[in-house]
Amino acid sequence: MRDSLRFYLGDELREIRDVDPTLTVLDWLRLSERRLGTKEGCAEGDCGACTVVVGRLTEDSQGGKSVRYEAVNACIRFLATLDGCQLLTVEHLKGPDGALHPVQRALVEHHGSQCGFCTPGFVMSLFALYLNEDRPDERRIDDALAGNLCRCTGYAPIVQAARAMHDLGDRTADRFNDRAATAARLKALADEEILSVGSGDRRFLAPATSAQLAELLLGHPDATIVAGSTDVGLWVTKFQRVLSIVLYTGRVTELRRVADTGDALEIGAGATYSEAAPAIAALYPDFGELIRRIGAEQVRNMGTIGGNIANGSPIGDTPPALIAAGAALRLRRGDATRTLPLEEFFLAYGKQDRRPDEFVEAVILPKPAPGARFRAYKIAKRFDQDISAVCGAFRLSLDESGNVAGIRIAFGGMAGVPKRAAGAEAALIGQPWSEASVHAAMAALKADFTPLSDWRASAGYRAEVAANLLLRFHVETTDPATETRLVGDRRLAHA
Amino acid sequence: MPDAATTLPPATPERIAGAVHESRRHDSAHKHVSGEAVYVDDIPEPAGLLHVYLGLSARAHARVVSVDLAKVRAAPGVVAVFTAADIPGENDVSAIGLHDEPLFATDLVQHVGQPLFAVAAGTRDQARRAARLAEVVYEDLPAVLTIAAARDGDRTLVVPPMTLRIGDAATALAQAPNRLAGRLRIGGQEHFYLEGQIALAVPGEDEEVTIHVSTQHPSEVQHIVAHALAVPDGAVTVEVRRMGGGFGGKETQANLFAACAALVAKKTGRAAKLRPDRDDDFQITGKRHDFEVDYEVGFDAEGRIRGVDMLFAARAGFAADLSGPVTDRALFHADNGYHYADARLESLPLKTNTVSNTAFRGFGGPQGMVAAERVIEEIAFALGMDPLDIRKRNFYGTTDRNVTPYHQTVEDNILPDLVAKLEADCAYRERRAVLRAHNSASRILRKGLALTPVKFGISFTATQFNQAGALVHVYTDGSIQVNHGGTEMGQGLYTKVAQVVAEEFQVDIGCVRPTATSTGKVPNTSATAASSGSDLNGKAAQNAARAIKERLVAFAAGQWGVAPEAVIFHRNRVRVGGQEMEFAALVRAAYMARVQLSATGFYKTPKIHWDRKAGRGTPFYYFAYGAACAEVTVDTLTGEYVVDRVDILHDCGRSLNPAIDKGQIEGGFVQGMGWLTTEELWWDDAGRLRTHAPSTYKIPACGDRPRVFNVALLEDAPNREDTIFRSKAVGEPPFMLGISVLHALSDAVASVAGHRFCPRLDAPATPERVLAAIGALRERAAAAGTATG
Repeated sequence: MRDSLRFYLGDELREIRDVDPTLTVLDWLRLSERRLGTKEGCAEGDCGACTVVVGRLTEDSQGGKSVRYEAVNACIRFLATLDGCQLLTVEHLKGPDGALHPVQRALVEHHGSQCGFCTPGFVMSLFALYLNEDRPDERRIDDALAGNLCRCTGYAPIVQAARAMHDLGDRTADRFNDRAATAARLKALADEEILSVGSGDRRFLAPATSAQLAELLLGHPDATIVAGSTDVGLWVTKFQRVLSIVLYTGRVTELRRVADTGDALEIGAGATYSEAAPAIAALYPDFGELIRRIGAEQVRNMGTIGGNIANGSPIGDTPPALIAAGAALRLRRGDATRTLPLEEFFLAYGKQDRRPDEFVEAVILPKPAPGARFRAYKIAKRFDQDISAVCGAFRLSLDESGNVAGIRIAFGGMAGVPKRAAGAEAALIGQPWSEASVHAAMAALKADFTPLSDWRASAGYRAEVAANLLLRFHVETTDPATETRLVGDRRLAHA
Repeated sequence: MPDAATTLPPATPERIAGAVHESRRHDSAHKHVSGEAVYVDDIPEPAGLLHVYLGLSARAHARVVSVDLAKVRAAPGVVAVFTAADIPGENDVSAIGLHDEPLFATDLVQHVGQPLFAVAAGTRDQARRAARLAEVVYEDLPAVLTIAAARDGDRTLVVPPMTLRIGDAATALAQAPNRLAGRLRIGGQEHFYLEGQIALAVPGEDEEVTIHVSTQHPSEVQHIVAHALAVPDGAVTVEVRRMGGGFGGKETQANLFAACAALVAKKTGRAAKLRPDRDDDFQITGKRHDFEVDYEVGFDAEGRIRGVDMLFAARAGFAADLSGPVTDRALFHADNGYHYADARLESLPLKTNTVSNTAFRGFGGPQGMVAAERVIEEIAFALGMDPLDIRKRNFYGTTDRNVTPYHQTVEDNILPDLVAKLEADCAYRERRAVLRAHNSASRILRKGLALTPVKFGISFTATQFNQAGALVHVYTDGSIQVNHGGTEMGQGLYTKVAQVVAEEFQVDIGCVRPTATSTGKVPNTSATAASSGSDLNGKAAQNAARAIKERLVAFAAGQWGVAPEAVIFHRNRVRVGGQEMEFAALVRAAYMARVQLSATGFYKTPKIHWDRKAGRGTPFYYFAYGAACAEVTVDTLTGEYVVDRVDILHDCGRSLNPAIDKGQIEGGFVQGMGWLTTEELWWDDAGRLRTHAPSTYKIPACGDRPRVFNVALLEDAPNREDTIFRSKAVGEPPFMLGISVLHALSDAVASVAGHRFCPRLDAPATPERVLAAIGALRERAAAAGTATG
């Protein structure tokens, strides 16, 4: 048991003993450190004004460790989750001689700031992009900036700065890109001790292994399990909930693994969207495209697929895709595990099949059968960083005569839980994969769900769009000449 | 020096650095990117600072039976709690003195989120937690929540309405060959300034208090605070270095926060800071007015408008705030660039039990213009013509057909030429043909194209606000400070004014330091609003600089025995007859000779006057013009869309700073586009705003910007009026260029029914509204027996 939190603030090692388990990185920076460059715009991870960069050790498939730099939202990230990491803020970027960093210079030269309040966040998102990627194309820049809102510029000059920043400096020579040195420092902080910080009854517990996590949870079944805190963070910042025991999964390396088991991909519950996306996209390209549109870069660098499932939201975006793909969920309690089809995990609104002392250990995503077609569609008011009004996913296999041999259709946003469209599936099975069959299934689909009206969409829109998504799926699987996609890689439509 | 941190091209041999008409970076850009720019929450906190939080009404309309604050007072860290009873002066933060907007509600609450009390504690977290502990007993009253309920019910108004009349609309409508009528719904808009509302009050001696606040209107904050504290205006100093965005949302809305912080500071003798959480900011502060517009238009076979009658029903909210001038400006822009010979335009600023709506970039003008463009679109569909042709046919003339419904003659109309140029430059006609062909072959994705104009009147319609002051100091080392009544909210006002001063003295802009706006330096200022910032403050600063310069010239002429004309300021130096010296050397010599090196400057806009009752006058000094052409693609299965391309040609007169003006145009366009597309304010049946944070309220993100975005400033177009270096105001006009996107969406939607019917696409055109419009058109086409596209 280690009772102090250790991380690097830039080059400076910080060791903190008494820390509130839910103190956010942003509040620590602004209130305790008076490092005021990092701004609060929304305190819910949606505007990006608080963006900072976190360097952390990651493990490659050979077990080697290297440093990964990621833009994250300081407003909803708990300080104690920085254990073993390096935190970089906008104040770190100026050179020792006071010269602006290439990212900063590019923004100045392209008139990328007006009121300037969002600017430090943009600087840090661009800084992460600068460190990690050579001359990203415009689509990649859009993705990297999707989590940063600017109300003044209309973004064009910021994108121009992003295109120009590599002309102003050599990223490989950037003083923050001495990754070997940083890795060595962070390795020196890594240990297998359980981290326990806090005061009194309020503890932040961060085990380093699955076994420790399982044991801690048996002892603290009332603990709040926190992975990316992209949801739990808001409980704190918006609802001011007081969490007594926070059980953080982020240090557990095993839980972050994404492993090929032959016929499936086993995604550790602690793998972030960013970590899991490449392997998922390799199997299901359109699932990759869906993940690209979940939250934004900062959220995907923190949020986990396990958390997206475990919190049981009816509007989480990965469950429909996982259910359509036939994924299973493995839960663990102590040393015992059980596995169930994912759709059976969601019992009712706000109720999941998880005992308090159980945790989600992994999602098992089967590889697609040869010839199977898979699509996932996210419908929201805005393409990026928005919560779905409807999220639909489809997996189809046809027999030799072109009839539907297997179909799985799952929706989010249409019921109190992510749910399969049983009637529509039944209407299609054994039928020719024709427009007539699809229209019959679209009618059946309307009986499968009784969606709600709210600020994201009316019930009528949800029902109509859900049915139309089935039609889109049909078009994309039968009519390669018809364009169906407005955003993303349009080749995915007819892949 | 302000410029030291960045590398920028040196001054050319002939020009100073930062002369007017030069593209110049924002004066704080290097601080924005390094995180060193100081916003109110970044000011070093005085020892003993108290953090203040507001307790809010949970009901839309209710009698307050009782408020039990015992648990609030007992909460950890709480130092004091304040209600209306603690206010020494007036319990009022209303901007226009109608006393209809209390700082703290007493026996009646009129919207969800209305403040009832304030709690001060050692930390913000403590104050915020404590504020939730109040036990309030309400007795609900019937709540009027929507425009429809107010208009079709009692029609209670927050201020008297206005009617503009020209010619005889009724007769013209009756005699027109064609006539149609409809109703248009236009949603409101949250400002979503990235820096939320915030005020820090520091108590001083006697009655004094200093307030650092994110406001566009320091003088009004000063007055409101003085009234609330029952102290003279002169005891209150309000200072603003910069805002993290304003957009109109800090023209009057900062009053409440400043008054509350000042009250706590003076009552406790400790500095007090109030910063609401973003969700509370959404609930407490007003927004752009949503409107429903009933229109009737008569027109001839060529699409020329013969008569117009429009009723502008607006949701004002529970109090007047600026709803009077906002709805007035809607009427002033219900013509956009079009000549109405016979028109009747009426406003209805309706009282509702929602937050009191307020200023927002365009100030009602955008809503007026959206209505004008709907009427044009209706005519085009009715006649089967290109809406652009209808637009061009109805433009104001230059020598005739140039009198507005408010009886001002349009003397500077450049819209026909500007639109013709954009039409050619962006290949409107050719692309329209291409898109139509694309659509006929495209099953699901449909493209749309629209070119819409903007004509926007520049000046506050309340004539007295069109004045400004400035204060310029020249120090003996030649460095210069400039201060004026305008506030910096990102629009680059400080930069532009510094350019003006640099130009006047012919010194590099690095010698000119803008300082924080303060009621203690320049008094009795107007809001930085109505796009007027550089017009008014630029002139005032110019006058101040000229006063000093005249003294320097007189001194030099006398000292060295030359004619005043022989004293020439040129590139950081001054030529005095045959000799030449550094600017600083002249300044030092003048100081030694006891010449005053500080001056105030003042400016008032000439020519303007307005008689609201009569609906006549010249409310605007001039007009700013622009046009945009937008191309979109719509998914007819989901209603989603992307903006593929936008071309803009905009009139900034002789731009003071083309780079900054381009930023205003691009940013204004995207904000206007957001208003009309994804930004939706959604209230539930209990009057609670449910889209109250960026998770639920969707402003444009980076990827929503036009994929191709060509923005040009109109060249060789000096302002015909004597504005500051013949520039034009640029804050608001580009916002309305976003209307082109709404019409491009409408054009795409119309394709599903062969462009036979007007889609009547309301705003915001969310994917849901677009899909609904597609569905409605398909049904209409089916009913009419027309083949759908």
